[in-house]
Amino acid sequence: MIFTLAWREIRSMFLSPLAWVILGVVQALMGWLFLNHVDNYMSIQSRLLSMQTPIGLTDIVVASVFGNAAIILLLVVPLITMRLVSEERRNRTLTLLYSAPLSMTEIILGKYLGILFFLLVVLFLVALMPLSLLAGGSLDFGAFASGFLGLALLLASFAAVGLFMSTLTQNPTIAAVSTFGMLLLSWVLDTGGQGASGNVLAYFSLLNHYEPFLKGVFDSADAVFYILLITTFLVLSTRRLDADRLGG
Amino acid sequence: MSNNLLVEVDSVSRYFGDLAAVNDVSFTVNKGTVLGFLGPNGAGKTTTMQMITGNLAPTSGRIKIAGYDLLDEPRAAKACIGYLPEQPPLYLEYTVDEYLDFCAALNRIPKKQRLGARQQAKERCGLTDAGRRLIGNLSKGYRQRVGIAQAIIHQPQVVILDEPTAGLDPIQIREIRTLVRELSQEHAVILSTHILPEVQSSCDHVQIIDRGKLVLNDSIDGLTQRMQSSTLSLRFSNSVDTSRIEQLNGVRSTRLLDDGRYQVYYQAGQDPTDALVKLAVDNHWGLRELIPEKASLEDMFLELTKHDKTQAEATI
Repeated sequence: MIFTLAWREIRSMFLSPLAWVILGVVQALMGWLFLNHVDNYMSIQSRLLSMQTPIGLTDIVVASVFGNAAIILLLVVPLITMRLVSEERRNRTLTLLYSAPLSMTEIILGKYLGILFFLLVVLFLVALMPLSLLAGGSLDFGAFASGFLGLALLLASFAAVGLFMSTLTQNPTIAAVSTFGMLLLSWVLDTGGQGASGNVLAYFSLLNHYEPFLKGVFDSADAVFYILLITTFLVLSTRRLDADRLGG
Repeated sequence: MSNNLLVEVDSVSRYFGDLAAVNDVSFTVNKGTVLGFLGPNGAGKTTTMQMITGNLAPTSGRIKIAGYDLLDEPRAAKACIGYLPEQPPLYLEYTVDEYLDFCAALNRIPKKQRLGARQQAKERCGLTDAGRRLIGNLSKGYRQRVGIAQAIIHQPQVVILDEPTAGLDPIQIREIRTLVRELSQEHAVILSTHILPEVQSSCDHVQIIDRGKLVLNDSIDGLTQRMQSSTLSLRFSNSVDTSRIEQLNGVRSTRLLDDGRYQVYYQAGQDPTDALVKLAVDNHWGLRELIPEKASLEDMFLELTKHDKTQAEATI
């Protein structure tokens, strides 16, 4: 049942131009940045070789590409998640789901899975760029996998936040703006505040937990942080849908 | 008996803040009946339907669908319901076939039976030729049909239609009436409307709701009996003392019309005609006309809903 809903999300996305435009724009931007990083690597390659512990292709190009992708997708994900629930609420099609023999959890999970699939497509397209370097060199696959996993978890968190914001309103634009605000805030959280309270705030910065993945460090605490965050927002979304039924 | 009882609504209320949209409403619907739900705008028709279909939780009271409690076993209860809301819940980017297949999947129809279910729903709603058309390009009438097809695709025991004929042309309205009749043979149908002739032509049970309260709950036969003769229209050549008419057994009220005629309302089954004629002769009022008037559903509706309003105003 969850898959039926997920499949509908995916179909709807690809039936409208939005998904294609987003894929195209992200790919074009990432392509440009990727070429820049490769160029940069070429120019400093000779100096790198003379270093005692040389840092390689993976550290410079792959980490930078994944790092950039996180920022670009932070701007893009709200646009994909905004219509998930809000548009259905506005078009009154949510009634169809409420009247069907489905639980609220199934509705939320179905929609979330649909978005995850789309983000996975984005992720693969981004990952193809560093992989193309294999044609002329070699990569540190451990570090690559760690960065890939980190980006996947990060995107999944973005999507969960976006889904929740979409359940709050019936206006997709409001959902997009508030998701964008939340994500941006979580990015800049670590720049504000000093001392202990600053550290606590910084701990909640989504991107802070992403850094270690880029360096090739897989810390289960970071992974669990994302998973907890995702679960929290999915539960909140379910509660919010339930409140539709109960509230006045 | 209990097998035939498909919808049980037991003293259900729904408040929006302080406003009681639905106030202590109870009724039951049996298999094979078409229940017409009448009421002025904002009376609570849609709210009641939303509660029966599980779109809105009642503030108090219980609802059972085919024996399943809507709160305790929502999934089993909802599987027995097909619901067409006021605005059909359509995905405009889908074709009719795709949409109906999705609805079939939502209602857990096994994959192998989906094609058959879709064909049958399309046939019943006159959509056989529209399968490959985009819903976004369909006219309002056709969208309404898709909405109905969606509600009956899983052959639910209870079909709930909120203003199914809104925005349709007369031919389509007639088709939908036939469809409702057809549906009622195997299902229970609840439909709301504010078009009164529709109720008389397609329902066999009528409920009138006003300001969240059920003010009438009767079968259409009982209703016609009630309507047949509860009013007499009289004309006299001399002046008349209406208070003496009102003292007659069974007479509820009298009213002087603009054209000089009197209308006498009486309780059903207590026809005062004989006594009235005698009274007129004894007092030399000069009875010239006596017509038993057949009240329409419209009169009844107006009387019931107006009555309530004056009462409400009196309490304020």
